[in-house]
Amino acid sequence: MTPSASTPGADLYGVDPLWHAALFSLEIAATATVLAALIAVPLAWYLARRRSAIKNLLEALLIVPLVLPPTVVGYALIVLLGRRGWLGAMIARHFNGYTILFRPQGAVVAALVVALPLLYLPAKAGFVSVERELEDVARLLGAGRWRTFWQVSLPLARRQIAAGCLLAFARALGEFGATLMVLGDLAGHRTLPIVIYDATAGADDSQAVGAVLVLSVISLVVVLIFNRFPFSQRG
Amino acid sequence: MRFPVVLSLLLTAPLLAADPRQSISVSAAISLKDALTEIVQTYDSPGNIRVQLNFGASGTLAAQIAQGAPADVFISAGSAEMDQLAAQNLIDPATRRDICSNELALVVPADAAFIPRSFADLADPRIARIAIGQPKIVPAGRYAAQVFDRMKISQAVAAKLVFGENVRQVLYFVERGEVDAAVVYATDVAAAAGKVRVAATADPSLHDPIVYPAVVLTHNSDPAAARDFLDYLSSPESRKALAAAGFIVPSAATTTRPSPTTAAAP
Repeated sequence: MTPSASTPGADLYGVDPLWHAALFSLEIAATATVLAALIAVPLAWYLARRRSAIKNLLEALLIVPLVLPPTVVGYALIVLLGRRGWLGAMIARHFNGYTILFRPQGAVVAALVVALPLLYLPAKAGFVSVERELEDVARLLGAGRWRTFWQVSLPLARRQIAAGCLLAFARALGEFGATLMVLGDLAGHRTLPIVIYDATAGADDSQAVGAVLVLSVISLVVVLIFNRFPFSQRG
Repeated sequence: MRFPVVLSLLLTAPLLAADPRQSISVSAAISLKDALTEIVQTYDSPGNIRVQLNFGASGTLAAQIAQGAPADVFISAGSAEMDQLAAQNLIDPATRRDICSNELALVVPADAAFIPRSFADLADPRIARIAIGQPKIVPAGRYAAQVFDRMKISQAVAAKLVFGENVRQVLYFVERGEVDAAVVYATDVAAAAGKVRVAATADPSLHDPIVYPAVVLTHNSDPAAARDFLDYLSSPESRKALAAAGFIVPSAATTTRPSPTTAAAP
């Protein structure tokens, strides 16, 4: 099917080794999860308190990628962060033409956006379940808001946050639609889902089966950890 | 509460009900999208048969057909995909004919600062990103890779390449200015009118001939209807529509190719 199979150029477009794609996927998913935690946990703590119209809107914006098709997320990211997107054009102007599109950073952003709600929702549930009296007592005893967060609220919500991290990681690992639009299909920078898509589109069953197995095993391990984890117990 | 049940049944009914009209399914290279859509609108089949068009990268469509996707007619943007299906006895070789051919174009965003004069200029450092079709599944990408190979710029452009899943996605990348250059078909440019400009056209001797073989598939629900549609593709109306879209249409005498001898696949 590839007439240039014997020519030197053929390797340039060839398939990525499976381990390479697996490592790349894990790297993207791990980075996205860490960033999601850094964004979602403080936001969840902030939004778990008193409500307001602005807070409701912010929360809705955060959660909506959970129900939107990933292609919509991908399109939104291209329109926003592409070279001609209003934010992307600004970045390109100030950073010597830099764009996150067709770079691993683009894949991280795509995975981050879709994984955020899965970390945010459990984290918020965790903070809501923290008894207000405990926080009030900490404040009465002289702890500042910061110290209260670190020493009372966060430890009490840690199980739900950990659960959210696992879910976010699993979701980031499986992200395909938005990633394909933002990362594209780059030799040496293919995630496992993109390898699977390429392989099935090109009727390369052996490559597809390998990638499907690797992704399934990783996902299964994540789910097993999730099920074994004592999320509901108070520690 | 029976109302929700009744309502949901009513809502699903249109999906479950069979279309009273018979239909044939045509899987076609996505570069034919606009021309073929127009052709189907003027098609007046004997049995009032509906033509369902399914567009994609030729490699993707061939893989779907090989895996048993229900399609009656296949129109590929290259011989390789057709030969591959022929080797699996999935096509009726007697019906195989090339309906048109195409050229390979190097395109840039309309407002590009640097405009390459030829494919060789893609090695220039001012070109940072080049989009082509994924060569394993998109014929346009395969032809592009052949041009790079034969011009000996494969190594120079390798790190700049972004692969599209079909040629229209490649066009979209350049249309939005996300890449500095892209290789598409000359006919695709019309679909992005005003947003991209053609910088160069590839010398046809640098790539396999870009022909569009059309064929009736073996696993077929209505071979007569499929053949009738295939004949319509060679009709003066269809040829006019293809030519208007920029495709190169062969003279009537050479349209039919009864038994391809090039069909041997490795």
